[in-house]
Amino acid sequence: MDDRQQKTDEFKTLVDFETKFNKMTISLLYALIGVVLLGMGLYRLVIDPHLVKKILALNISGAGVFLFLVAVADRIPGAAPDPVPHAMVLTGIVVAVSATAVALALACRIQEIKGTAELSENEPE
Amino acid sequence: MQNSNNLKKVHRAQHVSLTRKALTALSVMALTVILGWTVWTLPPFSDRMPDLVAAHLSISGVENPVTAVLLNFRGYDTLLEIGVLLLAAVGVLSLAPTSVLSAETAPAQVQILLLRLLPFIVIVGAYLLWIGKYAPGGAFQAGAVLAAGGVLLVTSVVRFNHITIKSVPIGLSIGLLTFLAVALATMIAGGNFLQYPLPWASALILVIEAAATISIAVILTILFIGRKPDG
Repeated sequence: MDDRQQKTDEFKTLVDFETKFNKMTISLLYALIGVVLLGMGLYRLVIDPHLVKKILALNISGAGVFLFLVAVADRIPGAAPDPVPHAMVLTGIVVAVSATAVALALACRIQEIKGTAELSENEPE
Repeated sequence: MQNSNNLKKVHRAQHVSLTRKALTALSVMALTVILGWTVWTLPPFSDRMPDLVAAHLSISGVENPVTAVLLNFRGYDTLLEIGVLLLAAVGVLSLAPTSVLSAETAPAQVQILLLRLLPFIVIVGAYLLWIGKYAPGGAFQAGAVLAAGGVLLVTSVVRFNHITIKSVPIGLSIGLLTFLAVALATMIAGGNFLQYPLPWASALILVIEAAATISIAVILTILFIGRKPDG
């Protein structure tokens, strides 16, 4: 009986440790993925001459930042996630959507006037 | 003529790109590594913000900490955010394409989907708005769901009547106007800008969120179609 109790306790500590460990590792992993997404998006934003691809790249960077914020807010095992970064992300998503819409409308207008939505390298317009 | 132009373009692009690509890749990689290292070495504790929010949750008028931050503690952010949304809608409308794309025949599937889904969309939207007080949900989630219904409406062959078209500007601005009205009312009542009196906090937040939901739904639909809906 005592032996069994001890084994259950050992198992419980093990599970506890694993969930704690997992929570920290997983949120760290998500945060790092967010950073990588930010880098990928920034690279494309600078390199790609096509406006729509630039807008897409900007959105990928934004998604990286949101992922980072959400992950970092929930790092502490056994504690509720920090609501402030979550509220920031909620605000950020809405602003990102509206900014994307305006950017796309501008790109459409440029396409209409210039015939292409691609920025050219050397031609002064 | 066009072909040679294109070739020239491609050649030029390749020529310019190499050094530029390398430079960009290097600087972006440096930034990523610095940021990644910072994340890796972040201390395993947080500042006092979660405790502050938890300590003041009882005077916020709601029980969901995220809603408390959005509508009460940092209400100013949300007010400006709805302003940004309205600004975006005005910007998109003023850039509306000169040649109007006419959706003469929407596929029958869209109409069937619309008929089946619209009641549920409205119910889910209202539910999300109400539950925001206690659990994840609120004006933005509800507005996004309702906007999905709006997108379905405008992509099917529904023709809006005159009154609906006339009320689009009201729908666009009602969220910001209600928010501002409440903010000014709290000032007149003797408090600060957006400082809700405690017994009224819950009701005021719900009123603001309901108005914001309508605005967000209308604005997101307008952002999707990029012009005024057809009458």
